[in-house]
Amino acid sequence: MNAILAIARKDLRIEWRTRTLLARVIPFALLVLVLFAVALDSEPLLLRAAAGLVWLAMLFAAMLLVQRSFDVETADHALDSLMSFVSSPSKVFFGKALSMFVQLFALAVVLLGAAVVLYGARVDGDSVVLLVTVLITATIGLSVVGTLYGVVVANMSGRDSLLPLLALPVLAPLLIGAARATEAALGSDTIDLANGWAWVALLVSYAVVFGSAGAVAFAPLAQSDS
Amino acid sequence: MKTGTTTTRVLGIFALLITTWVVVSAFFLTPADVVQGDSVRIMYAHVPTAWIAYLAFVTTAVASGLSLVRKHRTLGFDRVAGASAEVGVLFMAMTLITGSLWGRLTWGTFWQWDPRLTTTLFLFVTYVGYLAIRRVDVDPVRRARRSSVIALLAVLEIPLVHFSVVLWRSLHQEASVLNTDGDVRLDDLMLFTLFSGVVAFTLIFVWLVVHRQRLAAMSDVERLVGLDVAITARRAESTVGGGGI
Repeated sequence: MNAILAIARKDLRIEWRTRTLLARVIPFALLVLVLFAVALDSEPLLLRAAAGLVWLAMLFAAMLLVQRSFDVETADHALDSLMSFVSSPSKVFFGKALSMFVQLFALAVVLLGAAVVLYGARVDGDSVVLLVTVLITATIGLSVVGTLYGVVVANMSGRDSLLPLLALPVLAPLLIGAARATEAALGSDTIDLANGWAWVALLVSYAVVFGSAGAVAFAPLAQSDS
Repeated sequence: MKTGTTTTRVLGIFALLITTWVVVSAFFLTPADVVQGDSVRIMYAHVPTAWIAYLAFVTTAVASGLSLVRKHRTLGFDRVAGASAEVGVLFMAMTLITGSLWGRLTWGTFWQWDPRLTTTLFLFVTYVGYLAIRRVDVDPVRRARRSSVIALLAVLEIPLVHFSVVLWRSLHQEASVLNTDGDVRLDDLMLFTLFSGVVAFTLIFVWLVVHRQRLAAMSDVERLVGLDVAITARRAESTVGGGGI
């Protein structure tokens, strides 16, 4: 557990000192939301699509954060040394996923705030619990899948284009679930709160499946060539 | 060097013969459907390609698993996995194309966001990504390990995609026109033709995978030998011109 926290703390400290999230990823994600608004050019349509657009922007931004998280590790073979310091490779996986979760959760809160301001989305008192649960479970799923595919493409030439191609189809169930559950929480004609909770169940099983898969698969993926 | 042997030639001839029979029967011998008319003939290509695509992806998953477990045969199994995925992507593309042509004729639209179609589309994109990562030039053993893990993750992903899409559709609207496949009344000849199609396409699949993985084995050898040849050539150059400049 200590190793997991230490790795997460290391990643967050790097983030704090380089300000990648603050200076690049958050502005990028906000820009995406603004561009969606310009492209759709209809306020009722935007309000209807708000949840989906927020999560789409989250996926795009996550791709950037994952690249960043593993660029740090592949420089000077840092990942190899990191792996040799921990008792089990899965600790590196969970450590990096934890730091990814903290950053993505912050981003999700900012983006939802932006949806309220820009798209006119409304958060009611009784749906706050659902909304927070969705944010947490979906962000966990996004973090573990991002970390898993981040190590797949780490060290590869052309990884910038490979990561989205590999990870986005895998993230499709998460996008569907998170978008629909968030839509339910924001108040929608088509989905009520109870259905929203059904989607949370999907998000939880998604996070569990890929969390366990990542813990197992991380070792063979992170092994060096020798 | 060639990738063919007597076995593959016999296999190829059988595949050709049965395919010819399927083409003749599908276009000329079988009757048109009462409801769908001639468009039902697309089924004789569509159903077998879908079946082969799924067979190919199962083969890829099994070969990938074996590649991870059997350490001394890692590369061999990996080549089979890669060859099978390539053929699978090709057949899945054909499934999607024939399916949307049939959909245009029968439903009046190329695409329906029904669970089966949507899952198939995601499956297709997933394996396109798998092939993309196989093309990255790294050490073969490392590539084998990576691509095996990705192939196994795809096995996890697909049921989740399917389940979420089913849930997604069921909350939005009832699938209305989409269970049409069952509506086709098949007489014996139609059923036999369809079955022959599956057999023919399976033979073609095996034939393609055998050749493809032998080709991959040869290019692996060529890489190793080619390096040696190049080194010897450079050495020879240096001894010839060595005394000179």
